[in-house]
Amino acid sequence: MLSDWQFIGIFVAMAAIFPGVPLIASRFIGPRKPNPIKQATYECGIETVGDTWIQFKVQYYIFALVFVIFDIEAVFLFPIAAAFDQLALFAVFEVVLFVVILAVGLGYAWRKGALEWF
Amino acid sequence: MTPQQVIFLIIAAVTLISAMFVVTDRNLFHAALAMMASFFGVAGMYVMLEAGFLAAAQLLVYIGAISILIIFAIMMTRRLMQSIESPFNSQSVGGLVAAIVSFVGLLALIIIGWPDANFQGAAEVSSNVLEGSVQQLGIALVSPDAYVVPFEVASVLLLAALVGSIFIAWPEKKES
Repeated sequence: MLSDWQFIGIFVAMAAIFPGVPLIASRFIGPRKPNPIKQATYECGIETVGDTWIQFKVQYYIFALVFVIFDIEAVFLFPIAAAFDQLALFAVFEVVLFVVILAVGLGYAWRKGALEWF
Repeated sequence: MTPQQVIFLIIAAVTLISAMFVVTDRNLFHAALAMMASFFGVAGMYVMLEAGFLAAAQLLVYIGAISILIIFAIMMTRRLMQSIESPFNSQSVGGLVAAIVSFVGLLALIIIGWPDANFQGAAEVSSNVLEGSVQQLGIALVSPDAYVVPFEVASVLLLAALVGSIFIAWPEKKES
């Protein structure tokens, strides 16, 4: 059973090595001759425009909050989906009730404007 | 050394070293990223214990949701804490004492239990117990004599959390 995961293990190891080796190798092999123009910050390849510290948009935070709730709902739905062909009709009604209760929450977020991006 | 032990050592090293970076790094954002790495290591531990669904849930919820919220909290309040503070505070002596006591206690437990320990425990679980474990969890979540009532209560709790968090986080109306 554990051997089913060996490909994911190889994948994770490659995902760690692939970007890591060039970064580490260039730190050791590459020449370092800093000067002020090379060290200056840049934005899309040219000089920066505007302030560095901007006002944080609260829509990002509200999106993340709504995402947390529905992420946990998805975690609940995954094992139910795996067992769906063995469930009784009553159990299906319970799953529908679960989804409907959270759909009411989605409706509240929608009407409140939490899903808009202005 | 079996390959399982080598992989366990690598995963444990990743978890512990990232956890150490979380606590000692002066840059708060780097600490949050190191926390995500340690959650990744914990998910690896769950895989080693043959709990694949739990590993996926850990990745989804902890790394995907909770760490992102922590990073947003850091970004929103970073302007209030422009100065990079020292990771040590005035209670470091008490913390050191508590750490040493818990370390000695855990070490004593390990040493006492070492002669009777059965290190092949995880491999002895027969595969037909684990085979349909996700399906069994799904059935147990909705069967009336198992966990259906906590399941529905959880949905109401999530609804309350959603409404409450939007209500609290909503920006106040500006007169413009």
